Amino acid sequence: MHEALLELADDHLILGHRLSEWCGHAPMLEEDLALPNMALDCIGSARTLYARAGELEGAGRDEDALAYRRGERAFRNCLLVERENGDFAQTMLRQLMFAAFMEPYWHAALGSTDEAVRGVAGKATKEMGYHIRHAGEWVIRLGDGAPESTLRMGRAVEELAPYADELFASSAAARAAEEAGVLPEREALRPAWEAVMSDVMGQAGLAWPDDVWPQTGGREGRHTEALGHLLAEMQSVHRAHPGAAW
Amino acid sequence: MSVAVLDEARAWAAAAAVPDPEIPVVTVEDLGILRRIRVESSTVVAELTPTYSGCPAVLAIEMAVEAALRGAGFEARVKRVMSPPWTTDWITPAGREKLRAYGIAPPAEASGSVRALFGETRVACPRCGSAATQKISEFGATACKAQYRCTACLEPFDYFKCI
Repeated sequence: MHEALLELADDHLILGHRLSEWCGHAPMLEEDLALPNMALDCIGSARTLYARAGELEGAGRDEDALAYRRGERAFRNCLLVERENGDFAQTMLRQLMFAAFMEPYWHAALGSTDEAVRGVAGKATKEMGYHIRHAGEWVIRLGDGAPESTLRMGRAVEELAPYADELFASSAAARAAEEAGVLPEREALRPAWEAVMSDVMGQAGLAWPDDVWPQTGGREGRHTEALGHLLAEMQSVHRAHPGAAW
Repeated sequence: MSVAVLDEARAWAAAAAVPDPEIPVVTVEDLGILRRIRVESSTVVAELTPTYSGCPAVLAIEMAVEAALRGAGFEARVKRVMSPPWTTDWITPAGREKLRAYGIAPPAEASGSVRALFGETRVACPRCGSAATQKISEFGATACKAQYRCTACLEPFDYFKCI
């Protein structure tokens, strides 16, 4: 059971860290506030999920041990969330793709048999609804914008479309958690995801490519080169000063 | 009336007066994040529910509540309760009025209301009361606020977003 929660926690921590990389670099002040806000939502959910996963594992690993002391191959996040930020268009499309999946996911998880999961779900379904709105508005504005922004949003779609499919695939651990009523079934959420994406794509004047080759492997610990670099930075302080406390 | 009940009432009063570190005009009681006070043998347990998953003020609030209880002479600890999740519906009427007086528009609607994906919320300006307002950004200086501007009095203001 703890492995299924780790997958979810890793998704949120890695995406949260990616979003935090924009802090101080966003194209305008409002976005410099928005991106770390969204990062905090993700990292907040990750913390509760790590704590619960560590408790279920029963090996004495707390949230810090799980976040900072596992190597690349031990991370189980989907590949979408580890993709480099790229330009602002790519970051916003990645956020929309993730939130459009997680909003119905957490909504379904409100009926989880696990109290910690229900606790996260209650907050996160609303937070992800917010992320859909924010990222969706940008995808529309950029896709239906000036020639340069349309070009860049089109490139972002080409770049990220292959990573969508992995969201709907349940690992063996996730399937066990789904059968136990702890987590919702991933594949069942495809219609909800497609409804949001096609609504936004339509308003943005963008087309979703239908001949993509799905990229997967994250749930087995086979990652893209991008994750190792992210972890090296994120974990460096903790690894240089093991056990340090404020 | 038992000693425990008297203690609970006194402990509630001490904890309830703790201000929010980001919006100091409202207390943890006004925001509805102080859920319960109970006496467990000789220790007062204060149950708090965070507003947002990643609210960075959570630790500061927990420490302040614990300090307030110790200051009132109690052995105390704080318990973080995630479920049921906090909603803006838990902000008290007094809390909403304090937010408005401070220049922050309180949440406009009940959190359960169905809204279209890109629907606009009607937010009244906390300064002049006009409904002619525009959203600047979904995200403000803290996780719980959005940025708006009033097109009548031309003032920008924070909106405590509805969640």
